[in-house]
Amino acid sequence: MNEQEKPLSVVLFSGTDDKLNAAAVLTVGAAAMGIPVNIFLQYYALEAFRADQVHSDHALSWDATEKLRPMIRAHPGQHWSELLKQAKEVGEVNIQACALSMDMFHLKQADLDPLVDGIEGVAAFMASATDGQVVFI
Amino acid sequence: MGTIQIDRTIDARGMACPGPLMNLIGAIRQGQVGQVFEVLSSDEGSRTDIPAWVAKAKHELVEVRQDDGYAHFIVRKAR
Repeated sequence: MNEQEKPLSVVLFSGTDDKLNAAAVLTVGAAAMGIPVNIFLQYYALEAFRADQVHSDHALSWDATEKLRPMIRAHPGQHWSELLKQAKEVGEVNIQACALSMDMFHLKQADLDPLVDGIEGVAAFMASATDGQVVFI
Repeated sequence: MGTIQIDRTIDARGMACPGPLMNLIGAIRQGQVGQVFEVLSSDEGSRTDIPAWVAKAKHELVEVRQDDGYAHFIVRKAR
């Protein structure tokens, strides 16, 4: 995996467990394949990364119908925070909190889970995206 | 294929995608070059993910064998 891969940059906006999990699965897959991942935590996703909130119930998105909800809840997959930890172990994953959202929710880095590497502005995030894909979840 | 000496078997049956792959990656990182790892996985994703990762990471996929409800992936750590 020595060739330079373009990064995958994920704007993680949603704070529901299903979307957090989908983002974590993408991240761990990219990291395993040698693709660097930048994650930018905004709004509700940032709230989910508060140290005291990571393992609480973050509900499911509106896409989750009554029929699907129990199937999602019963699935034995790993928690999104655990997947992100694994992603960091196997690859290059940089998780940054959006400075604007930090300000909006009156948060300091000490309030966040250690999975979060730092706080940055949107321009710095876009700079790290270089010519790789940016996805919004 | 009774001639292959397996150094370590990882029983990841029942684990959800991408768990079996992540267990294999962890084991290979800790192992020695030349060692052979076997992953047992019932996850459908492993059928595509394990060969893709092994090729990308430049290890050797020795064998993939379907069993009853799961598959055996035999991988040699090549570097």
